[in-house]
Parts: sequence; C-alpha cells; structure tokens
Amino acid sequence: MRRALRWLMAVCVVVATSTAALAADLRPLVQALGSGGYSGTEKALAQLSEAGDPAAVPVIEALQAGDLYVRKADGTVVVARKAGDAFTLTDPLTRAALGDAPAAAVEKIRINNSLRRAISASLGALTLMSPDTGVRRSAADAVFKSRDAQALETLNAAIAKEQDKSVRAAMEQARAAILLTGEAASKMSDAEIQSATDTLAARGDRDALVLLNMVAGSGASDVTKRSAAAAVSTLEQKLAFWAALQNLWYGLSLGSVLLLAAIGLAVTFGVMGVINMAHGEMVMIGAYTTFLVQEFFRAHAPGLFDLSILVALPAAFIVSGGVGIIIERSVIRWLYGRPLETLLATWGLSLALQQAVRSIFGPTNREVGAPSWMSGAFELGGLTITYGRLWIVIFAFAVFGALLVALKRTWFGLSIRAVTQNRPMANAMGIRTARVDALTFGLGSGIAGLAGVALSQIDNVSPNLGQGYIIDSFMVVVFGGVGNLWGTLVGALTLGSINKFLEPYAGAVLGKILVLIFIILFIQRRPRGLFALKGRAVEA
Amino acid sequence: MSAESTLLYLDGVSVSFDGFKALNSLSLVMMPGEMRAIIGPNGAGKTTMMDVITGKTRPDTGTILFEGDTDLTRLREAAIANLGIGRKFQRPTVFEPHTVWDNLELALKAPRRPLKTLTYAISRDDRSRIEEILDITRLSALRNRQAGSLSHGQKQWLEIGMLLAQDPKLLLVDEPVAGMTDAETEQTAELLCSIAGKHSVIVVEHDMSFVRALGVKVTVLAEGSVLAEGSLDAVSANQQVIDTYLGR
Amino acid sequence: MLLRFFLMGLDRKAGIVLTILAILAVAVPVMTLWVPADSPFHLSVFTVSLLGKYLCFALLALALDLVWGYCGILSLGHAAFFALGGYAMGMYLMRQIGPRGVYGNPVLPDFMVFLNWKELPWYWLGFDHFWFAALMVLVVPGALAFAFGWFAFRSRVTGVYLSIITQALTFALLLAFFRNDMGFGGNNGLTDFKDILGYDIQADTTRVTLFVATVAALALSYMIASGVIGSKLGKVLVALRDAESRVRFMGYDTESYKLFAWTLSACMAGVAGALYVPQVGIINPSEFAPASSIEAVIWVAVGGRGTLAGGILGAVLVNMGKSYFTGALPELWLFALGGLFVAVTLFLPKGLLGLGAQLKAKLPGRNKTSPLPNAKTADQKGA
Ligand SMILES: Nc1ncnc2c1ncn2[C@@H]1O[C@H](COP(=O)(O)OP(=O)(O)OP(=O)(O)O)[C@@H](O)[C@H]1O
Ligand SMILES: [Mg+2]
Repeated sequence: MRRALRWLMAVCVVVATSTAALAADLRPLVQALGSGGYSGTEKALAQLSEAGDPAAVPVIEALQAGDLYVRKADGTVVVARKAGDAFTLTDPLTRAALGDAPAAAVEKIRINNSLRRAISASLGALTLMSPDTGVRRSAADAVFKSRDAQALETLNAAIAKEQDKSVRAAMEQARAAILLTGEAASKMSDAEIQSATDTLAARGDRDALVLLNMVAGSGASDVTKRSAAAAVSTLEQKLAFWAALQNLWYGLSLGSVLLLAAIGLAVTFGVMGVINMAHGEMVMIGAYTTFLVQEFFRAHAPGLFDLSILVALPAAFIVSGGVGIIIERSVIRWLYGRPLETLLATWGLSLALQQAVRSIFGPTNREVGAPSWMSGAFELGGLTITYGRLWIVIFAFAVFGALLVALKRTWFGLSIRAVTQNRPMANAMGIRTARVDALTFGLGSGIAGLAGVALSQIDNVSPNLGQGYIIDSFMVVVFGGVGNLWGTLVGALTLGSINKFLEPYAGAVLGKILVLIFIILFIQRRPRGLFALKGRAVEA
Repeated sequence: MSAESTLLYLDGVSVSFDGFKALNSLSLVMMPGEMRAIIGPNGAGKTTMMDVITGKTRPDTGTILFEGDTDLTRLREAAIANLGIGRKFQRPTVFEPHTVWDNLELALKAPRRPLKTLTYAISRDDRSRIEEILDITRLSALRNRQAGSLSHGQKQWLEIGMLLAQDPKLLLVDEPVAGMTDAETEQTAELLCSIAGKHSVIVVEHDMSFVRALGVKVTVLAEGSVLAEGSLDAVSANQQVIDTYLGR
Repeated sequence: MLLRFFLMGLDRKAGIVLTILAILAVAVPVMTLWVPADSPFHLSVFTVSLLGKYLCFALLALALDLVWGYCGILSLGHAAFFALGGYAMGMYLMRQIGPRGVYGNPVLPDFMVFLNWKELPWYWLGFDHFWFAALMVLVVPGALAFAFGWFAFRSRVTGVYLSIITQALTFALLLAFFRNDMGFGGNNGLTDFKDILGYDIQADTTRVTLFVATVAALALSYMIASGVIGSKLGKVLVALRDAESRVRFMGYDTESYKLFAWTLSACMAGVAGALYVPQVGIINPSEFAPASSIEAVIWVAVGGRGTLAGGILGAVLVNMGKSYFTGALPELWLFALGGLFVAVTLFLPKGLLGLGAQLKAKLPGRNKTSPLPNAKTADQKGA
C-alpha cells in the first residue's frame, strides 16, 4: 500500500512537474549507477540522494529490487522486467516503454550488502523530503531502523523544515538514534547526549528499548552509557506499565465476552432458578442468525453490508428469545422446583439444537464478516486496541446497563422481581406468573442471542460455539453470586482478568485450569458466591 | 449467675440478619430435669434461639454453655446433637421414604459413625425400645407405613417419638401441638410432663391451654430478648406481656 | 459379618440381577468359544467386547446411582473417575508393551520417545506391576473423590452448585489431560496395547476372560452397593438425601456419610474404567468430557434412579440404542439422545423400573406413595 502510494506519488511528480527539466538533472546520475562496478554505483547513489529529488525514489527502489539493468548496446540504464524469455524495458525516470530485449542484451546492476544499506539509507533520506506526511513518517521510521549516518544531514534539513509535530518527533528520534550509536557520540556534549537519550526514551516502545540497551552496553563514552542505562530503566518501567495495562485491556475484553455470555444465564439461573444448559445454544443461534442476516445483505444489498450487524442484533434477540420462550412453554415449565431435572432436560435440548444446526448448516465453520467500522485497530499510548474488541466491550456494558434499567425501572422488571422473591404472593396479587416466567426466560435467551452476534465477530461460528462458553458462563454466575447482576459483572471481569494475567506465566490452558481450580476452591469457601443473597428464602 | 450445675446456659446471645436483630442479648438458664415453656409473638426469636443452641445459626456474640462447660458455639450440629440435645422442628420433618419403624430406628440412640451404622444389626433391647415408643406415640399399627403417607398430626407424633428414641438430655420442642386435636394436645402435654425430670425440656408453643396444661415456668420472649419469666399466671398478669403478646 | 452384610442387601431384585449376570458369565464364554461359528447361537468376539463395554458403562451407572439416587448428589463429573481408573489401567498396559513399540524403547512409551523425554516421570513408576496398577485404579479416583468431597461437603455445597463444580472438575481434568507435557499421551491418549498379564490382549480367550471379569466386578459392586443401601448407613443416606439438616440434628455427621458413599462410588467408577480400557483398546482425554458424564446420568434416569438395577438397565439399553443409531442413522443419534433427556425427565421421572409404581399411582383408589424418592423434595433443597 505504502509502496504503491510512493510509486503513485513518484509518477505524479514525474509526469506533472515538467518531466524534462527534472529528469534532465537526474539523468546523468542515474546513468552513472550503471558504471564503475560496486564503488561506481555507490558513488552515484550518494550523489543521487544528495540531489534530494524525490523523483529518484523509483529508480533507487528498482535498484533495490534488482530490476535495474544496463542495456549492453548503448550503456543506457533501464528498468527491465522479465516477460517470458525476454525482458520488457522501461525508462527508469519517465517510465516510458523502451521495447523488449533478449536476456543477453542487458546486464544487471549488481548490489552487495554495503550497497543495500546505502540504498535504504538514501531511500529514507530522499523520502524525508516528500510532500506526503505519511511518506515522511515512514521514512523517519526507516532511518530510525537503519541508523545510517549518511542520512544525518538530510535528516537535519528535514527536521528544520518539518511542520507536522508527530513527524518531527519521529525524525528527531531517528536523529537521536544515529547520534547515539554512531561515531558522533564521542564528540557530543553531555547535555546533547542527555537530550538524545531523552528523545529516545520518549519514543517509549520496544525498539527504543533495544536501542538504548545497546547504547548502554557499548556506548561511545561513559556518559552515554550511563545516561542510556538510566533511560533504559525508566523505559522498562513504562513498558511494564503499558504491558500491564494491555493485559488489563485483554482481561476487560475477555471479561466482557464472558459477561455477555453469562448475563442471560444470570437472568434465567439467578432470577428464575432455572439451570439452562442450552444457554450456549441460544448464543449459537444468535451467531447463526447473524450469519443469515449477513447472507441476506450480501445477496441483496452488498452496499449496506456495514449495517448488517445492526440488523442482526434485534433479529438475534428475537430468534433466540423466541426459541427460549418455546422451550420454556414446552419443557421447562413442567420442571419448576426440580433444578436437577431441568438441568438434564435442557442438556438434552442443547444436544438436539446442536444437531439441528449441524444438519441445516453443516458441521463446518461459517464465515461471518466484520463491518468496516469494526475492523482495524488504533493505538492509545502504548496500547493497541482493535475496534472489534472495543465495540464488544462497549456493547457488553450497554446490554448490562439496559438490563439493569429494565429490571429496576419497568413494570416487567418489577413483576420479575416480585415473582423471584415470592411466587405464591405475586400470583395472589394478580401477576400472571406463568407469563412472567416465559417472558423472563425469553429475555435471558434473547440476551444470549445478542451475545451470539458479538461472539460471531471473534469466534468461529460452528454448531459447537455455545459449548465453549457454557461452563465459563456458569463459573461467572456462580462466582459472582446467583441472583445478583452486579455479581455477574464483577465475576465476569474478575475471571477475565485473572485468566489474562495468568496466561503469560502459565499458558492459556494451564491458566484456565488454574482458574477452574480457583473457582472450585472459592465455591467451597463461599458456596453462594461473591455477592450472596441472604435470608431464609435461600436456605429453604 | 454461674454456669456451673446448669444444663444450658445462655448469656448475652445476639444474632442479627442483615442488621435485623433476631436475638438481642438473650440470657436463659435451664437446670437439669427442668421443663420450660417459651412463649412470645411471631418473630420474637424463639425458633432462632433453638437454631443458636443446636448450631444451625452462629451467634454474633454471647456465650452458650451445655452442662456448664461445653461451648456450643464452637461445635457443629451433629456434635451438639451427640452431646444430648434433641430438637423437634416447627414444621414436622420426618424421613418420608422410610417406614415409621425405620424413622425410629434411625433416631434411636446408637453409635452415629458411618462404619458403625454400616455394620449395625438391631439388638433385642433396641427392638423393644422402639416397640415401647410406638406404643407411647400410638403408632404401633402404622409401623410399616411410609412416613410420607402419615397425616400431619401423626407426623408430629412420629417426630416426638423420634425425639424420645434419641434419648437426649435436653429436648427442644418447637410448636409440638400445631395441627393436633384437643385430645391429642392433652396427651402431648401429659407425655412431655412424664419425660421431664429424667430429661430437660424447652417447649415453644402459642397454644395457651397447652402451656397451662404443662404447668411449668414460662419465659416470654419479645424482640429477641426475655420480657418476663415466672408462672403462667404471673406472666399473664404482667402489663408488658399483655401489651406485646397476649394483647386485646 | 461380611456374609451378613452381603445378605442384608439381598432381596428379590438383587436375586434377579445376580442371576442374569451369572447366566451371562456362563453363557457368553460358551457361545463364543465352544459353539461353532456357523451356529446361530455363536457370539463373535466383537459382540463380546461390545457387551463388555456396555457392562462397564453399567458399572459406572451403578456407581452414579449410588450417589445420585441415594444421596441426592447429582455428579456431572463421574466420567472423570471412570477415566482416571482407565488411565491407571492404560498405564499398566503401556508399560507391558515394552520394547515392542514403534521406537522400540524398552522403558518409555512411544509418545514419550516422540516428545524426546529421557526417562519415565515419577508418576509412571510402579505401573509395570499389575497389582500396583490395580491398586491405583481404586486409589487415584478414590483419593480425588475423597479430597474433592471433603472440601465440597464440609462447605455444604449442595444441589446444582455441587453439580456445576463437579462439571468444572472434569472439565479441568479434560484440559489437563489434553496437554502433552502432562505425560499421559496428550490428545491421543494411551493405545496400541499388546498384552495383559502376559496374555495377548487381542486373543479370543483374553477377551472372553475380560468380559467375565467385568460381569464379576459388576456383580460384586452390585452386592456391595445393595449391602450398603440395605444397611442402616443406607437408610441414613436416603434420609439425608431428602432432609439433610434433620439428619444432622439427629447427631449424624452427614458430611462423612456423603463422603463415604461418594468415595465408594468413585472407586467403582474407577474399576469400570479400568475394565473398559483393555476391552476397547484405548483411553484418551475425551472420556473426561462433561458430555460423557452427563450421558451417564441419563442412563440412570432412564433405568430409574435410586434403584441400583435401574442404572444397569439404563446403561445397557441406551448404549445399545447408541450403537444402533450411530451405525444406521448417525445424523439422528443426537436428536434421539436429546429427546431421551427431555422425555425421561418429563414423562418418566422414576425411570423404567419406576414405571410400574408410576402407573399404579395414576390409577384411582390406589394412591399410595411410591417407595421411590420423591424427586421434588429431594431436589428442592438444592435450589
Ligand atoms: N436465616 C434468617 N435470615 C433472615 N432472617 C431470619 C432468619 N432466621 C430468622 N430470621 C428472622 O428473625 C426473626 C425471628 O424469627 P423466629 O423464627 O426466631 O421467630 P419465632 O419466634 O420462632 O416466630 P414464630 O412464632 O412465628 O415461629 C424473624 O423476623 C425472622 O424473619
Ligand atoms: Mg418459630
């Protein structure tokens, strides 16, 4: 992409800004690339980069790629690309076609390692002057990586001219890298060294740390070493801090996935006391609904694909919720007060639902795409955050908040709470408990469907999708304390974070095992979870 | 008062549930062989007091001593029961899938450890003891009936029978005559009186004629602590008791 | 005393079960080894192994019924004990391979050679002796069950919470056994067995002997289980299933009662696994999957919980159904199994063996309470 952009830019420059004038200045230098062996090429290259004309960029890139040849007949330097047995020739500066030539008629301009280094340095230097900010930024990064002392002058010039703050910072970092690692370091004053290490430390990433470590080990002077070592330790702290923050973010992200999966369960298990082992399948149905909605969009309105997720949300809620209501009316309502039997019956349902989906959609994974606004990532300080994860976190909290409000503020929520707290009394007061049961179960299942939409973005959509989440969801609900939504929130986030913090030390699988053991032990200590309800009702 | 020579000694026992004080610095003393009736309005903490004695609920503060030296607050339910404290629940709970006979056999005083029960074979003495209790509770004809199929009153009797079979030093009886006919109530009172002396008994009951029939010292509980103590006539004359409990 | 203990559990039902098992133990070897192959009464060795497998499952179901039917503990992790017993036996069989493995290492099983391990991990030591492995078949599941139960029962985790953490237990083991560095063959598990106690594991006589051993183990376990159930301890178990706190207030330390039954049940499950492995020729982590445990629960439910014989019946019937379906209509098997879960809980709460009692209860005028546990009271405590 960037490369293509550079090409495009080069072409524009070449074509628009009076090809003849500029090309004429460069032509002899380009021509000189082809003579005098390695040293001749190197000399010409140095002059080309000194000329500071971005038009030379494509030529040097061709040299780097090994596409620059000398036409034996007249000694002209050309770009040659293999086409069958022969070569297609173009002019390196104007890109005008020069016809074909047999392999024997051209000779490659060879490059060696020192040339290679010079090439990247001069490319870096040249592009530093580019009118495009993006190109300048990547050029600065390239110089930072190559730390080529030859680029120093261009770099200084570029810094002086640079208007963009962040690009200038990148250039200054590159300069500091050159200064500290090169010979110049021995001639620098203490203050200059200090400011250079500061600049590097301010960059604050792993590259800077590697560089500073190098300087601290083999710097030109003691002052350099000492100041680099100091920078290393602050930088290490900073990086550790960001790493912890990144872990926290991963934990938050996993936690909100768990929250999404568990929150529906918290409704059916916590509020109704129903163990729904088919909960994972409600999630799976939500994911497949997303798939179907996307298929519809792909077929009928590809332009609106980005909106498919927004349509999938209500669709999944309705489909999963509907399936939930059917299950409640046909099976679960006969089993109230018999939680262990409910557990078995819903397990049976989960098997049947999985097989049904397998029969309809096949056993393989289905492709669910991400809308453009959910793909990509951005950086926040030292954090890398993908949009997909960010949206899921936001979504999980939104669902949680909405559910909380629904339970606290609406008539339906009030009825649910009344039925939970005292079923016979609620019945006597004219609340139609059977309907509340069905709707509550539908609500829990519908939320599972919403979770399915979110999970379809980060997990494989297969008939087994739900299986992977059911045990974790139960752990979250049980850990947080049954019948308490806040407990579910805290449970999900805690377990998510513990998992992610254990992972680097123990590995994913062992981490998970440790978390399970932790929960098993935890339940022994507090059989009713973190936020247990108290009172006689729960003891009965 | 010192705890020595007492059978049960409660001092300053408090229990709260989510800030609500079910027992509020309750103190109560029982001597060996004594029978005591406890009355009080609903929610006074009578059942909670039994919970605390039998280890079901742990008190927040206070001392509970059995036979002067055993600290009940540290023991688990089974250990407390094995010290010789038997309990009949407010809601009769018998083992429904078992026969009347088996219910009594399970309750009968005998080693309680698993390996002992695994190899237990009923002895002639045990057999005649069960027969005796069946007689007392008038359940002889129903000995092979499933406990689950008994009527409410019969279950009450069976529970009393199980309590007798346990042969505890202290019996805690929570509302034993609820659901009984007048005649049965009378019989129960007689039965309880007949076992007092050998055993100590605490009876919780709302039925005043029953309490009168027992003819023993009465403790009135209200809001988690003792309101009055004395003979039934004495406490029923107490203005405070009239206000909070007897009413009207 | 031991004799009396066994006699105590002997009733008509036990008589029927033991008679059937005795007939199997005699008839199957005769029909396999001595009836000529062209006779309609001939049994193939394949069928014998299949029957043996069913009976191993029956033993697992029996073990499960002991805790579910009589103590009200719905274990969703019993397959873990089964699998541990299986692994213990599998480790013995692996060591019996000796230098006959692909890599020919006389001590290390193939998968360890493959992982570049230099010596046997300490927990594999001793498994070259049959007696040691046999002991471990009981000790490993028993010890795990004891430790788990000790914690769980003492903290009074009951009902669905207990079920869910048993499921977590088996899930954790599943994940652990999938790991290669655990030293149990990872994903592939233990397989390619050669012989057992010096006899070729593929030989007809060995297979028939294994079958007879399974029948014997099942019969013995049945007698132990019904002995326990028939004893006063069994009555305490039933009592605490329905009213645990009442039993406690009567002075019984209910935790140790549950622990006894739970550990005994785990040991039986371990034996079932140990007999299963040589007959199917492989043990791998999938045995730990929560689904296998729940499937075992449905066997008990189908046959009738709290009946001992019901578990055996259910295990055999459901697995015969499974063999049929997975062969003839693989697509439909999960529908059938799922439907079975729903149908049994809705329409057959007392299982096949309770069908008679259930029907009787429906008939007017004969409304006696059935001797089977009342599912409602039993489970509500856990709510
Ligand atoms: N486990 C518990 N959780 C919350 N509150 C409790 C609990 N146990 C008892 N209480 C409360 O303590 C108070 C005392 O209850 P208790 O059952 O001891 O009363 P009682 O005197 O036996 O009443 P009754 O005559 O109706 O049987 C009641 O308000 C009750 O709600
Ligand atoms: Mg009470």
